[in-house]
Amino acid sequence: MTTTVGHVTSDTTVLLKRSLRHILRSPDTIITTAVTPIAMLLLFVYVFGSAIRVGGGSYVDYLLPGILLVTVASGIAYTAFRLFTDVSTGIFERFQSMPIARSAVLWGHVLTSLVANLVSLALVVLVALAMGFRSGAGLLAWLAVLGILVLFTLALTWLAVIPGLTATSVDGVSGFSYPLIFLPFISSAFVPTDGMPGPVRWFAEHQPVTSIVDTIRNLFAGAPLGSTVWVALAWCVGLLVVAYGLAMRTYRRKIA
Amino acid sequence: MTTSHAIETVGLTKAYGDQQVLRGVDLVVPRGTVLALLGSNGAGKTTAVRILSTLLRADSGSASVDGHDVATEAARVRASISLTGQFAAVDEILTGRENLVLVAELRRLERPDRVADELLARFDLVDAAERRTATYSGGMRRRLDIAMSLIGDPPVLFLDEPTTGLDPQSRNEVWRTVRELAGHGTTVLLTTQYLEEAEQLADRIAILHEGRIIAEGTLAELRQLFPPATVEYVEKQPTLEEVFLSIVGHDTALSQGDQR
Repeated sequence: MTTTVGHVTSDTTVLLKRSLRHILRSPDTIITTAVTPIAMLLLFVYVFGSAIRVGGGSYVDYLLPGILLVTVASGIAYTAFRLFTDVSTGIFERFQSMPIARSAVLWGHVLTSLVANLVSLALVVLVALAMGFRSGAGLLAWLAVLGILVLFTLALTWLAVIPGLTATSVDGVSGFSYPLIFLPFISSAFVPTDGMPGPVRWFAEHQPVTSIVDTIRNLFAGAPLGSTVWVALAWCVGLLVVAYGLAMRTYRRKIA
Repeated sequence: MTTSHAIETVGLTKAYGDQQVLRGVDLVVPRGTVLALLGSNGAGKTTAVRILSTLLRADSGSASVDGHDVATEAARVRASISLTGQFAAVDEILTGRENLVLVAELRRLERPDRVADELLARFDLVDAAERRTATYSGGMRRRLDIAMSLIGDPPVLFLDEPTTGLDPQSRNEVWRTVRELAGHGTTVLLTTQYLEEAEQLADRIAILHEGRIIAEGTLAELRQLFPPATVEYVEKQPTLEEVFLSIVGHDTALSQGDQR
């Protein structure tokens, strides 16, 4: 029996519908995903912000791009959790023993993660707007921001698939996202890298978050993108390819 | 591998690290029969079922289900089987009806809603159809689980310890379903650690012990392996189960049990 592209699509659609229904029945997962980044936004803008010098412009404008990445990093923990639940309750094996496209089981979760994260991101942007965030970006620039966030979400989601498939406990499944949530702190997301001591600054300027944050910030500000955008895209696509490869390898080991 | 049997395995072995779970399993299940794979915990029953349902690869040996090799024609095997695992694999966030519709859609049946309605009625789940399965009792979950396995009428059904953890009424309900299926020509391989279950349901019984089938045959054939029975007169006391079922009332208890 050949598994056609049509089967993958229709099976993925059915499974996507299923996990979107899960989210609709527990909308708290979208809200809690947004709570941490929103709390950070409030804390940094209204408490620490007055002591942080970021050049021209308001601090909320400076901070939002990094907060958006934090949002994605905390959102994918739920993706790993939902996958882990499927594996531990046996429904995963039920799907695997059925005549369906095997990759559809993962794609259903991945696309759900994308939808859930985009909703959480929209919530965070709304709060930022209420706090005074303003952007002169045109439609094209907004679409570019969306594109980068989609790539970043997909990359981290495929990364989240790995603990989702392999974890043996709920703690293990959610633990993996903490380092991702804190990675933006050692980057240009909260403060400019100029003031950081040598080795820290080097790390901050060469890790993926800085180039992605700088690119989104430039898009929002309507500033020239320079070469940073290529570095950011390279990181996003590179991470996505590596994470997808590793996740698929883990998946194949798991199912045969 | 072409064969007239529904399930056939030759010399299946499987080890997890140093632990040899299956040491050469030879098994034949004719079409339309019920075979009970009997064995204690850890005998390798689940491992055998996982190999036959394409969830696990054997280290060596071969197996075919419905005429298709499990290793090389896994997709065809999956089209012929349904697996009801050891723990009721239902989606707890969805309702009973949504679970059934989900499986019907994945099996690309026309009119998934009608399929769901029929099974809800057949498994006495109509009243609970719109409730999330997280609220179901153990027996109801198992019934839904089996109902999900029947969607698409697969010719071969694997039931891995279908009654473990069920109360006597729910167990009887599962037994009735298995008998019905057997009556319609479905081939059933069920694993169990309960001797009575094997006696009640199976046409043939295979005893899996330490990774090998050490005895196989009908109940009558297996009995002949033992010394002839001596006749003793023993006063027949009702079993506790018979007492329990007669006190709670067999049929009424069944429907009350459903409402928990």
